[in-house]
Amino acid sequence: MPVLETEGGAVWRKRTTGQAMARWAMWLLGVAIFIWCWQRISDATTWFFVWDAPEIAGDILGRATPPRWSYINTLWEPLWDTLNIATLGTLAALVMAVPVAFLAARNTTPSALFVRPIALLIIVSTRSINSLIWALLLIAIIGPGVFAGIVAIAIRSIGFCAKLLYEAIEEIDRTQVEAITATGASRMQVMAYGIVPQIAPAFAGIAVFRWDINIRESTVLGLVGAGGIGLQLQASMNTLAWPQVSLILLVILAAVVVSEWVSAKVRGAII
Amino acid sequence: MLKLQKLTKTYKTGDQALKAVDLDVPSGQVLALIGPSGAGKSTLIRCINRLVEPTSGSVMLGDVDLTKLGAAALRRERRRMGMIFQEYALVERLTVMENVLSGRLGYVGFWRSLTRRYPQSDVDEAFRLLDRVGLVHMADKRADELSGGQRQRVGICRALIQNPALLLVDEPTASLDPKTSRQIMRLICELCAERGLAAIINIHDVALAQMFVQRVIGLRFGEIVYDGSPNGLTPDKLTEIYGEEDWEATIENVEGEEVEAAE
Repeated sequence: MPVLETEGGAVWRKRTTGQAMARWAMWLLGVAIFIWCWQRISDATTWFFVWDAPEIAGDILGRATPPRWSYINTLWEPLWDTLNIATLGTLAALVMAVPVAFLAARNTTPSALFVRPIALLIIVSTRSINSLIWALLLIAIIGPGVFAGIVAIAIRSIGFCAKLLYEAIEEIDRTQVEAITATGASRMQVMAYGIVPQIAPAFAGIAVFRWDINIRESTVLGLVGAGGIGLQLQASMNTLAWPQVSLILLVILAAVVVSEWVSAKVRGAII
Repeated sequence: MLKLQKLTKTYKTGDQALKAVDLDVPSGQVLALIGPSGAGKSTLIRCINRLVEPTSGSVMLGDVDLTKLGAAALRRERRRMGMIFQEYALVERLTVMENVLSGRLGYVGFWRSLTRRYPQSDVDEAFRLLDRVGLVHMADKRADELSGGQRQRVGICRALIQNPALLLVDEPTASLDPKTSRQIMRLICELCAERGLAAIINIHDVALAQMFVQRVIGLRFGEIVYDGSPNGLTPDKLTEIYGEEDWEATIENVEGEEVEAAE
Protein backbone atom coordinates (compact mmCIF):
# COMPACT_ATOMS: atom_id res chain seq x y z
CA MET A 1 0.00 0.00 0.00
CA PRO A 2 1.98 2.92 -1.29
CA VAL A 3 -0.51 5.54 -0.12
CA LEU A 4 0.23 6.67 3.44
CA GLU A 5 -2.26 8.69 5.43
CA THR A 6 -0.37 11.37 7.36
CA GLU A 7 -1.53 14.51 9.15
CA GLY A 8 -0.49 16.60 6.15
CA GLY A 9 -2.73 14.54 3.82
CA ALA A 10 -2.24 11.46 1.68
CA VAL A 11 1.37 10.74 0.71
CA TRP A 12 2.14 8.48 -2.23
CA ARG A 13 5.36 6.50 -2.52
CA LYS A 14 6.34 3.85 -5.02
CA ARG A 15 7.10 1.26 -2.33
CA THR A 16 6.18 0.66 1.26
CA THR A 17 8.97 0.65 3.84
CA GLY A 18 8.93 -3.15 3.97
CA GLN A 19 9.27 -3.45 0.19
CA ALA A 20 12.14 -0.96 0.15
CA MET A 21 13.98 -2.90 2.87
CA ALA A 22 13.45 -6.18 1.01
CA ARG A 23 14.88 -4.69 -2.18
CA TRP A 24 17.87 -3.33 -0.30
CA ALA A 25 18.51 -6.78 1.19
CA MET A 26 18.29 -8.42 -2.24
CA TRP A 27 20.84 -5.99 -3.65
CA LEU A 28 23.17 -6.65 -0.71
CA LEU A 29 22.87 -10.40 -1.25
CA GLY A 30 23.50 -10.02 -4.99
CA VAL A 31 26.65 -7.95 -4.49
CA ALA A 32 27.92 -10.41 -1.86
CA ILE A 33 27.46 -13.35 -4.25
CA PHE A 34 29.25 -11.43 -6.99
CA ILE A 35 32.26 -10.72 -4.76
CA TRP A 36 32.40 -14.33 -3.59
CA CYS A 37 32.34 -15.61 -7.21
CA TRP A 38 35.04 -13.11 -8.16
CA GLN A 39 37.20 -14.50 -5.36
CA ARG A 40 36.69 -18.11 -6.48
CA ILE A 41 37.57 -17.33 -10.09
CA SER A 42 40.62 -15.41 -9.00
CA ASP A 43 41.83 -18.33 -6.88
CA ALA A 44 41.39 -20.74 -9.76
CA THR A 45 43.28 -18.57 -12.24
CA THR A 46 46.97 -19.02 -12.89
CA TRP A 47 47.78 -15.35 -12.82
CA PHE A 48 51.29 -15.98 -14.16
CA PHE A 49 49.79 -16.74 -17.58
CA VAL A 50 47.44 -13.81 -17.45
CA TRP A 51 50.08 -11.22 -16.56
CA ASP A 52 52.11 -11.95 -19.66
CA ALA A 53 49.05 -12.11 -21.93
CA PRO A 54 49.62 -8.67 -23.53
CA GLU A 55 53.19 -9.69 -24.27
CA ILE A 56 52.15 -12.97 -25.91
CA ALA A 57 49.34 -11.30 -27.84
CA GLY A 58 51.78 -8.70 -29.08
CA ASP A 59 54.18 -11.45 -30.06
CA ILE A 60 51.51 -13.32 -32.07
CA LEU A 61 50.35 -10.10 -33.70
CA GLY A 62 53.96 -9.41 -34.66
CA ARG A 63 54.32 -12.83 -36.23
CA ALA A 64 50.91 -12.59 -37.96
CA THR A 65 51.62 -9.34 -39.73
CA PRO A 66 51.86 -8.80 -42.55
CA PRO A 67 49.36 -11.45 -43.72
CA ARG A 68 50.71 -13.83 -46.32
CA TRP A 69 48.76 -12.45 -49.27
CA SER A 70 49.97 -15.09 -51.74
CA TYR A 71 48.16 -17.73 -49.66
CA ILE A 72 44.83 -16.33 -50.94
CA ASN A 73 45.03 -18.54 -54.04
CA THR A 74 44.57 -21.67 -51.96
CA LEU A 75 41.67 -20.06 -50.06
CA TRP A 76 39.21 -19.48 -52.93
CA GLU A 77 38.07 -23.08 -53.04
CA PRO A 78 37.48 -23.52 -49.29
CA LEU A 79 35.70 -20.16 -49.27
CA TRP A 80 33.41 -21.33 -52.07
CA ASP A 81 32.78 -24.54 -50.07
CA THR A 82 31.88 -22.44 -47.04
CA LEU A 83 29.37 -20.41 -49.04
CA ASN A 84 27.88 -23.59 -50.46
CA ILE A 85 27.58 -25.20 -47.03
CA ALA A 86 25.71 -22.15 -45.73
CA THR A 87 23.44 -21.75 -48.76
CA LEU A 88 22.56 -25.40 -49.39
CA GLY A 89 22.21 -26.00 -45.64
CA THR A 90 19.80 -23.09 -45.35
CA LEU A 91 17.74 -24.26 -48.34
CA ALA A 92 17.50 -27.80 -46.99
CA ALA A 93 16.55 -26.46 -43.57
CA LEU A 94 13.75 -24.32 -45.04
CA VAL A 95 12.31 -27.26 -46.97
CA MET A 96 12.10 -29.25 -43.74
CA ALA A 97 11.09 -26.32 -41.51
CA VAL A 98 7.94 -25.36 -43.45
CA PRO A 99 5.95 -28.54 -42.73
CA VAL A 100 7.20 -28.60 -39.15
CA ALA A 101 6.04 -25.01 -38.68
CA PHE A 102 2.56 -25.78 -40.02
CA LEU A 103 2.34 -28.80 -37.71
CA ALA A 104 3.51 -26.72 -34.75
CA ALA A 105 1.31 -23.64 -35.20
CA ARG A 106 -1.76 -23.81 -33.00
CA ASN A 107 -4.10 -22.68 -35.76
CA THR A 108 -2.93 -25.08 -38.47
CA THR A 109 -1.84 -28.21 -36.59
CA PRO A 110 -3.97 -31.27 -37.37
CA SER A 111 -3.89 -32.33 -33.74
CA ALA A 112 -2.85 -30.12 -30.84
CA LEU A 113 -2.66 -33.15 -28.59
CA PHE A 114 -0.44 -35.52 -30.59
CA VAL A 115 1.17 -33.84 -33.61
CA ARG A 116 2.00 -30.47 -32.09
CA PRO A 117 4.18 -31.82 -29.25
CA ILE A 118 6.19 -33.86 -31.77
CA ALA A 119 6.74 -30.81 -33.96
CA LEU A 120 7.75 -28.76 -30.93
CA LEU A 121 10.15 -31.50 -29.89
CA ILE A 122 11.80 -31.40 -33.32
CA ILE A 123 12.14 -27.64 -33.00
CA VAL A 124 13.61 -27.73 -29.50
CA SER A 125 15.99 -30.64 -30.11
CA THR A 126 17.45 -29.32 -33.36
CA ARG A 127 17.79 -25.83 -31.94
CA SER A 128 19.43 -26.75 -28.67
CA ILE A 129 22.47 -28.52 -30.15
CA ASN A 130 25.21 -26.35 -31.65
CA SER A 131 26.07 -26.93 -35.30
CA LEU A 132 29.66 -27.74 -34.32
CA ILE A 133 28.37 -30.66 -32.24
CA TRP A 134 26.03 -31.74 -35.04
CA ALA A 135 29.06 -31.67 -37.37
CA LEU A 136 31.10 -33.85 -34.99
CA LEU A 137 28.27 -36.39 -34.83
CA LEU A 138 27.70 -36.35 -38.59
CA ILE A 139 31.39 -36.74 -39.41
CA ALA A 140 31.33 -39.92 -37.38
CA ILE A 141 28.24 -41.08 -39.28
CA ILE A 142 28.79 -39.94 -42.89
CA GLY A 143 32.49 -39.19 -42.86
CA PRO A 144 34.33 -35.85 -43.09
CA GLY A 145 33.71 -33.39 -45.90
CA VAL A 146 31.42 -30.70 -47.19
CA PHE A 147 28.31 -32.90 -47.14
CA ALA A 148 28.56 -33.41 -43.38
CA GLY A 149 28.81 -29.63 -43.04
CA ILE A 150 25.69 -29.07 -45.13
CA VAL A 151 23.68 -31.57 -43.13
CA ALA A 152 24.93 -30.13 -39.83
CA ILE A 153 23.90 -26.60 -40.85
CA ALA A 154 20.56 -27.85 -42.17
CA ILE A 155 19.64 -29.74 -39.00
CA ARG A 156 20.75 -26.91 -36.74
CA SER A 157 18.63 -24.42 -38.73
CA ILE A 158 15.35 -26.39 -38.82
CA GLY A 159 14.37 -25.48 -35.29
CA PHE A 160 15.26 -21.82 -35.69
CA CYS A 161 13.36 -21.39 -38.96
CA ALA A 162 10.38 -23.50 -37.89
CA LYS A 163 10.02 -21.63 -34.61
CA LEU A 164 10.01 -18.17 -36.17
CA LEU A 165 7.73 -19.37 -38.97
CA TYR A 166 5.17 -21.00 -36.70
CA GLU A 167 5.02 -17.84 -34.61
CA ALA A 168 4.30 -15.93 -37.83
CA ILE A 169 1.58 -18.45 -38.72
CA GLU A 170 -0.04 -18.02 -35.32
CA GLU A 171 -0.14 -14.24 -35.76
CA ILE A 172 -1.99 -14.18 -39.09
CA ASP A 173 -5.24 -12.32 -39.54
CA ARG A 174 -7.90 -14.98 -39.00
CA THR A 175 -10.65 -13.22 -40.95
CA GLN A 176 -8.75 -13.66 -44.24
CA VAL A 177 -8.66 -17.40 -43.57
CA GLU A 178 -12.35 -17.30 -42.68
CA ALA A 179 -13.16 -15.52 -45.93
CA ILE A 180 -11.32 -18.09 -48.04
CA THR A 181 -12.94 -20.94 -46.09
CA ALA A 182 -16.36 -19.42 -46.71
CA THR A 183 -15.90 -19.67 -50.49
CA GLY A 184 -15.91 -23.47 -50.23
CA ALA A 185 -12.14 -23.81 -50.68
CA SER A 186 -10.40 -27.02 -49.64
CA ARG A 187 -7.91 -27.19 -46.76
CA MET A 188 -4.93 -26.93 -49.10
CA GLN A 189 -6.50 -24.01 -50.95
CA VAL A 190 -7.18 -22.21 -47.67
CA MET A 191 -3.50 -22.62 -46.87
CA ALA A 192 -2.35 -21.42 -50.29
CA TYR A 193 -4.65 -18.40 -50.40
CA GLY A 194 -5.45 -17.54 -46.79
CA ILE A 195 -2.19 -18.29 -44.99
CA VAL A 196 0.78 -18.36 -47.40
CA PRO A 197 0.43 -14.77 -48.68
CA GLN A 198 0.26 -13.55 -45.09
CA ILE A 199 3.45 -15.30 -43.97
CA ALA A 200 5.44 -14.75 -47.19
CA PRO A 201 7.29 -11.64 -45.95
CA ALA A 202 8.13 -13.33 -42.64
CA PHE A 203 9.35 -16.39 -44.53
CA ALA A 204 11.67 -14.35 -46.75
CA GLY A 205 13.01 -12.47 -43.75
CA ILE A 206 13.68 -15.67 -41.80
CA ALA A 207 15.40 -17.33 -44.78
CA VAL A 208 17.81 -14.46 -45.36
CA PHE A 209 18.45 -13.99 -41.64
CA ARG A 210 19.30 -17.66 -41.16
CA TRP A 211 21.51 -17.68 -44.28
CA ASP A 212 23.41 -14.76 -42.81
CA ILE A 213 23.92 -16.65 -39.51
CA ASN A 214 24.90 -19.83 -41.36
CA ILE A 215 27.72 -18.08 -43.25
CA ARG A 216 29.31 -17.40 -39.84
CA GLU A 217 28.61 -20.86 -38.51
CA SER A 218 29.97 -22.63 -41.58
CA THR A 219 33.34 -20.83 -41.27
CA VAL A 220 34.10 -22.78 -38.09
CA LEU A 221 32.77 -26.16 -39.21
CA GLY A 222 36.14 -26.94 -40.81
CA LEU A 223 37.70 -26.98 -37.35
CA VAL A 224 36.15 -30.40 -36.82
CA GLY A 225 36.70 -31.52 -40.41
CA ALA A 226 33.33 -30.71 -41.98
CA GLY A 227 34.76 -28.79 -44.93
CA GLY A 228 35.10 -25.12 -45.70
CA ILE A 229 37.58 -22.44 -44.76
CA GLY A 230 37.78 -23.60 -41.13
CA LEU A 231 39.83 -26.56 -42.31
CA GLN A 232 42.53 -24.19 -43.57
CA LEU A 233 42.35 -22.22 -40.34
CA GLN A 234 42.89 -25.37 -38.30
CA ALA A 235 45.81 -26.48 -40.46
CA SER A 236 47.50 -23.07 -40.33
CA MET A 237 47.14 -22.81 -36.55
CA ASN A 238 48.56 -26.28 -36.03
CA THR A 239 51.66 -25.39 -38.00
CA LEU A 240 51.90 -21.98 -36.26
CA ALA A 241 51.67 -20.29 -39.66
CA TRP A 242 50.41 -17.00 -38.18
CA PRO A 243 50.57 -14.93 -41.39
CA GLN A 244 48.19 -17.45 -42.97
CA VAL A 245 45.90 -17.34 -39.94
CA SER A 246 45.63 -13.57 -40.14
CA LEU A 247 44.77 -13.74 -43.85
CA ILE A 248 42.08 -16.37 -43.22
CA LEU A 249 40.55 -14.22 -40.46
CA LEU A 250 40.49 -11.25 -42.84
CA VAL A 251 38.81 -13.36 -45.54
CA ILE A 252 36.18 -14.61 -43.07
CA LEU A 253 35.54 -11.03 -41.96
CA ALA A 254 35.09 -9.95 -45.56
CA ALA A 255 32.71 -12.85 -46.28
CA VAL A 256 30.59 -11.99 -43.24
CA VAL A 257 30.46 -8.31 -44.13
CA VAL A 258 29.39 -9.14 -47.69
CA SER A 259 26.71 -11.60 -46.49
CA GLU A 260 25.39 -9.01 -44.05
CA TRP A 261 25.17 -6.46 -46.85
CA VAL A 262 23.40 -8.91 -49.18
CA SER A 263 20.88 -9.98 -46.55
CA ALA A 264 20.12 -6.37 -45.61
CA LYS A 265 19.51 -5.58 -49.29
CA VAL A 266 17.30 -8.62 -49.84
CA ARG A 267 15.29 -8.01 -46.68
CA GLY A 268 14.77 -4.39 -47.64
CA ALA A 269 13.56 -5.40 -51.09
CA ILE A 270 11.06 -7.98 -49.86
CA ILE A 271 9.49 -6.47 -46.77
CA MET B 1 -35.21 -21.14 -49.34
CA LEU B 2 -33.24 -20.81 -46.12
CA LYS B 3 -34.86 -22.19 -43.03
CA LEU B 4 -33.37 -22.18 -39.54
CA GLN B 5 -35.03 -24.52 -37.07
CA LYS B 6 -34.29 -24.31 -33.36
CA LEU B 7 -30.76 -23.21 -34.14
CA THR B 8 -28.76 -23.13 -30.92
CA LYS B 9 -25.17 -22.24 -30.23
CA THR B 10 -23.59 -22.62 -26.81
CA TYR B 11 -19.94 -21.66 -26.58
CA LYS B 12 -17.48 -23.68 -24.51
CA THR B 13 -17.52 -20.87 -21.94
CA GLY B 14 -21.21 -21.64 -21.39
CA ASP B 15 -22.43 -18.48 -23.11
CA GLN B 16 -25.60 -19.20 -25.02
CA ALA B 17 -25.20 -17.08 -28.15
CA LEU B 18 -28.29 -18.43 -29.91
CA LYS B 19 -31.35 -19.80 -28.16
CA ALA B 20 -33.40 -21.98 -30.50
CA VAL B 21 -33.71 -19.44 -33.32
CA ASP B 22 -36.37 -20.12 -35.96
CA LEU B 23 -36.13 -18.11 -39.15
CA ASP B 24 -37.50 -18.50 -42.65
CA VAL B 25 -35.96 -16.55 -45.53
CA PRO B 26 -37.78 -16.84 -48.88
CA SER B 27 -35.59 -16.64 -51.98
CA GLY B 28 -34.80 -13.15 -53.15
CA GLN B 29 -35.54 -11.49 -49.82
CA VAL B 30 -33.03 -9.08 -48.32
CA LEU B 31 -33.32 -8.85 -44.57
CA ALA B 32 -31.43 -6.90 -41.96
CA LEU B 33 -30.40 -8.39 -38.65
CA ILE B 34 -30.14 -5.76 -35.94
CA GLY B 35 -29.36 -5.97 -32.27
CA PRO B 36 -26.85 -4.85 -29.66
CA SER B 37 -23.25 -6.05 -29.65
CA GLY B 38 -23.12 -9.58 -28.32
CA ALA B 39 -26.71 -10.36 -29.29
CA GLY B 40 -25.51 -13.21 -31.50
CA LYS B 41 -25.77 -11.60 -34.94
CA SER B 42 -22.33 -12.68 -36.12
CA THR B 43 -22.76 -16.11 -34.57
CA LEU B 44 -26.06 -16.54 -36.39
CA ILE B 45 -24.69 -15.95 -39.87
CA ARG B 46 -21.53 -17.95 -39.14
CA CYS B 47 -23.66 -20.88 -37.98
CA ILE B 48 -25.37 -20.88 -41.37
CA ASN B 49 -22.18 -21.61 -43.36
CA ARG B 50 -20.65 -23.36 -40.35
CA LEU B 51 -17.65 -21.14 -39.85
CA VAL B 52 -19.03 -21.60 -36.34
CA GLU B 53 -20.41 -25.06 -35.58
CA PRO B 54 -23.98 -24.83 -34.27
CA THR B 55 -24.65 -26.84 -31.11
CA SER B 56 -28.05 -28.09 -32.20
CA GLY B 57 -30.92 -27.36 -34.56
CA SER B 58 -30.91 -27.42 -38.32
CA VAL B 59 -30.12 -25.09 -41.21
CA MET B 60 -32.02 -26.00 -44.37
CA LEU B 61 -30.67 -24.46 -47.58
CA GLY B 62 -33.22 -25.63 -50.11
CA ASP B 63 -33.58 -29.33 -49.35
CA VAL B 64 -30.14 -29.75 -47.78
CA ASP B 65 -29.60 -29.75 -44.04
CA LEU B 66 -26.23 -28.01 -43.76
CA THR B 67 -25.66 -29.13 -40.17
CA LYS B 68 -25.60 -32.79 -41.19
CA LEU B 69 -23.02 -32.49 -43.97
CA GLY B 70 -19.52 -33.96 -44.02
CA ALA B 71 -16.49 -31.84 -44.88
CA ALA B 72 -16.58 -32.32 -48.67
CA ALA B 73 -20.33 -31.83 -49.01
CA LEU B 74 -20.15 -28.76 -46.78
CA ARG B 75 -17.52 -27.23 -49.08
CA ARG B 76 -19.82 -27.81 -52.05
CA GLU B 77 -22.74 -26.12 -50.30
CA ARG B 78 -20.58 -23.20 -49.15
CA ARG B 79 -20.20 -22.26 -52.81
CA ARG B 80 -23.92 -21.36 -52.79
CA MET B 81 -23.41 -18.91 -49.89
CA GLY B 82 -21.35 -15.80 -50.54
CA MET B 83 -20.02 -13.98 -47.49
CA ILE B 84 -19.09 -10.31 -47.05
CA PHE B 85 -17.14 -9.16 -44.01
CA GLN B 86 -16.86 -6.13 -41.76
CA GLU B 87 -13.12 -5.63 -42.23
CA TYR B 88 -13.40 -6.74 -45.88
CA ALA B 89 -11.20 -9.80 -45.15
CA LEU B 90 -9.42 -9.50 -48.48
CA VAL B 91 -6.10 -11.27 -48.77
CA GLU B 92 -4.07 -8.10 -48.45
CA ARG B 93 -0.98 -9.19 -50.35
CA LEU B 94 -2.83 -10.53 -53.40
CA THR B 95 -4.10 -8.42 -56.26
CA VAL B 96 -7.70 -7.34 -56.70
CA MET B 97 -8.13 -9.89 -59.51
CA GLU B 98 -6.72 -12.73 -57.40
CA ASN B 99 -9.04 -11.75 -54.58
CA VAL B 100 -12.08 -11.78 -56.85
CA LEU B 101 -11.08 -15.09 -58.42
CA SER B 102 -10.58 -16.62 -54.98
CA GLY B 103 -14.37 -16.74 -54.89
CA ARG B 104 -14.09 -19.55 -57.44
CA LEU B 105 -11.82 -21.70 -55.25
CA GLY B 106 -14.67 -24.07 -54.52
CA TYR B 107 -15.00 -24.80 -58.26
CA VAL B 108 -11.37 -25.19 -59.41
CA GLY B 109 -8.79 -27.79 -58.41
CA PHE B 110 -5.84 -27.15 -56.12
CA TRP B 111 -3.11 -26.98 -58.78
CA ARG B 112 -5.10 -24.73 -61.06
CA SER B 113 -5.76 -22.35 -58.18
CA LEU B 114 -2.13 -22.47 -57.05
CA THR B 115 -0.83 -21.62 -60.53
CA ARG B 116 -3.69 -19.11 -61.03
CA ARG B 117 -4.89 -20.84 -64.20
CA TYR B 118 -8.60 -20.12 -63.78
CA PRO B 119 -10.99 -20.99 -66.60
CA GLN B 120 -11.47 -18.10 -69.04
CA SER B 121 -15.18 -17.97 -68.19
CA ASP B 122 -14.28 -17.22 -64.56
CA VAL B 123 -11.88 -14.47 -65.61
CA ASP B 124 -14.54 -12.97 -67.91
CA GLU B 125 -17.05 -13.01 -65.07
CA ALA B 126 -14.50 -11.39 -62.74
CA PHE B 127 -13.99 -8.56 -65.23
CA ARG B 128 -17.76 -8.16 -65.62
CA LEU B 129 -18.23 -7.91 -61.86
CA LEU B 130 -15.33 -5.51 -61.39
CA ASP B 131 -16.80 -3.39 -64.16
CA ARG B 132 -20.20 -3.49 -62.47
CA VAL B 133 -18.75 -2.12 -59.19
CA GLY B 134 -16.53 0.35 -61.05
CA LEU B 135 -13.14 -1.14 -60.21
CA VAL B 136 -12.05 -2.68 -63.47
CA HIS B 137 -9.08 -0.29 -63.71
CA MET B 138 -7.86 -1.54 -60.31
CA ALA B 139 -7.70 -5.23 -61.29
CA ASP B 140 -3.91 -5.40 -61.06
CA LYS B 141 -3.53 -3.34 -57.87
CA ARG B 142 -2.71 -5.08 -54.63
CA ALA B 143 -5.66 -5.20 -52.22
CA ASP B 144 -3.84 -3.22 -49.53
CA GLU B 145 -3.51 -0.24 -51.88
CA LEU B 146 -7.30 0.24 -51.98
CA SER B 147 -9.51 2.47 -49.85
CA GLY B 148 -12.13 1.00 -47.51
CA GLY B 149 -15.03 1.44 -49.90
CA GLN B 150 -13.06 -0.04 -52.80
CA ARG B 151 -12.02 -3.02 -50.71
CA GLN B 152 -15.60 -3.72 -49.75
CA ARG B 153 -16.54 -3.64 -53.45
CA VAL B 154 -13.88 -6.24 -54.13
CA GLY B 155 -15.30 -8.26 -51.22
CA ILE B 156 -18.72 -8.05 -52.87
CA CYS B 157 -17.28 -9.26 -56.20
CA ARG B 158 -15.58 -12.17 -54.45
CA ALA B 159 -18.89 -13.21 -52.91
CA LEU B 160 -20.88 -12.82 -56.15
CA ILE B 161 -18.47 -14.72 -58.41
CA GLN B 162 -19.35 -17.81 -56.37
CA ASN B 163 -22.71 -17.55 -58.11
CA PRO B 164 -24.46 -17.92 -54.75
CA ALA B 165 -28.13 -18.23 -53.91
CA LEU B 166 -27.66 -16.47 -50.60
CA LEU B 167 -25.45 -13.68 -49.31
CA LEU B 168 -24.31 -13.62 -45.69
CA VAL B 169 -23.22 -10.09 -44.91
CA ASP B 170 -21.50 -9.31 -41.62
CA GLU B 171 -21.47 -5.60 -40.73
CA PRO B 172 -20.61 -4.45 -44.26
CA THR B 173 -20.51 -0.76 -43.35
CA ALA B 174 -19.10 -0.72 -39.82
CA SER B 175 -15.62 0.34 -41.01
CA LEU B 176 -16.83 2.87 -43.59
CA ASP B 177 -17.78 6.54 -43.56
CA PRO B 178 -21.51 7.45 -43.80
CA LYS B 179 -21.52 8.23 -47.53
CA THR B 180 -19.58 5.11 -48.51
CA SER B 181 -21.78 3.08 -46.16
CA ARG B 182 -24.87 4.10 -48.09
CA GLN B 183 -23.22 3.42 -51.43
CA ILE B 184 -22.15 -0.04 -50.32
CA MET B 185 -25.60 -0.86 -48.90
CA ARG B 186 -27.25 0.39 -52.08
CA LEU B 187 -24.85 -1.67 -54.20
CA ILE B 188 -25.48 -4.84 -52.20
CA CYS B 189 -29.24 -4.40 -52.40
CA GLU B 190 -29.19 -3.58 -56.13
CA LEU B 191 -27.05 -6.61 -56.91
CA CYS B 192 -29.35 -8.84 -54.85
CA ALA B 193 -32.32 -7.51 -56.81
CA GLU B 194 -30.56 -7.99 -60.16
CA ARG B 195 -29.67 -11.57 -59.39
CA GLY B 196 -32.63 -12.54 -57.25
CA LEU B 197 -30.38 -13.24 -54.28
CA ALA B 198 -31.54 -13.58 -50.73
CA ALA B 199 -29.35 -11.83 -48.18
CA ILE B 200 -28.97 -11.63 -44.44
CA ILE B 201 -27.26 -8.38 -43.50
CA ASN B 202 -25.95 -7.85 -39.97
CA ILE B 203 -26.00 -4.18 -39.31
CA HIS B 204 -25.54 -1.82 -36.38
CA ASP B 205 -27.04 1.15 -38.08
CA VAL B 206 -30.82 1.00 -37.71
CA ALA B 207 -31.49 4.02 -39.93
CA LEU B 208 -29.37 2.59 -42.72
CA ALA B 209 -31.16 -0.74 -42.45
CA GLN B 210 -34.57 0.93 -42.64
CA MET B 211 -33.52 2.73 -45.80
CA PHE B 212 -32.69 -0.36 -47.81
CA VAL B 213 -34.31 -3.59 -46.67
CA GLN B 214 -37.79 -5.10 -46.79
CA ARG B 215 -37.62 -6.97 -43.53
CA VAL B 216 -35.90 -6.43 -40.20
CA ILE B 217 -35.09 -9.05 -37.57
CA GLY B 218 -34.26 -7.82 -34.08
CA LEU B 219 -32.02 -10.08 -32.04
CA ARG B 220 -31.49 -9.75 -28.30
CA PHE B 221 -29.56 -12.20 -26.11
CA GLY B 222 -29.74 -14.82 -28.86
CA GLU B 223 -33.50 -14.59 -29.33
CA ILE B 224 -35.59 -13.01 -32.06
CA VAL B 225 -37.60 -10.21 -30.46
CA TYR B 226 -38.71 -8.42 -33.62
CA ASP B 227 -39.59 -9.67 -37.07
CA GLY B 228 -41.37 -7.30 -39.40
CA SER B 229 -41.20 -4.38 -41.75
CA PRO B 230 -38.68 -1.54 -41.24
CA ASN B 231 -41.55 0.88 -40.58
CA GLY B 232 -42.75 -1.14 -37.62
CA LEU B 233 -39.65 -0.27 -35.63
CA THR B 234 -41.19 2.06 -33.07
CA PRO B 235 -39.29 3.48 -30.08
CA ASP B 236 -40.91 0.77 -27.97
CA LYS B 237 -39.63 -1.95 -30.27
CA LEU B 238 -36.13 -0.48 -30.34
CA THR B 239 -36.17 -0.32 -26.54
CA GLU B 240 -37.11 -3.97 -26.50
CA ILE B 241 -34.15 -4.81 -28.79
CA TYR B 242 -31.46 -2.50 -27.48
CA GLY B 243 -32.67 -1.31 -24.07
CA GLU B 244 -33.76 2.07 -22.76
CA GLU B 245 -32.67 5.06 -24.86
CA ASP B 246 -34.22 8.06 -26.59
CA TRP B 247 -35.04 6.67 -30.03
CA GLU B 248 -36.91 9.60 -31.55
CA ALA B 249 -33.77 11.03 -33.19
CA THR B 250 -32.89 7.71 -34.81
CA ILE B 251 -36.27 7.21 -36.39
CA GLU B 252 -36.80 10.81 -37.48
CA ASN B 253 -33.43 10.95 -39.14
CA VAL B 254 -34.00 8.09 -41.47
CA GLU B 255 -33.73 10.48 -44.40
CA GLY B 256 -31.06 12.65 -42.79
CA GLU B 257 -27.71 12.19 -41.15
CA GLU B 258 -26.30 8.85 -40.16
CA VAL B 259 -27.05 8.04 -36.55
CA GLU B 260 -25.14 5.52 -34.57
CA ALA B 261 -27.95 3.56 -33.01
CA ALA B 262 -26.05 0.92 -31.14
CA GLU B 263 -23.50 1.64 -28.46
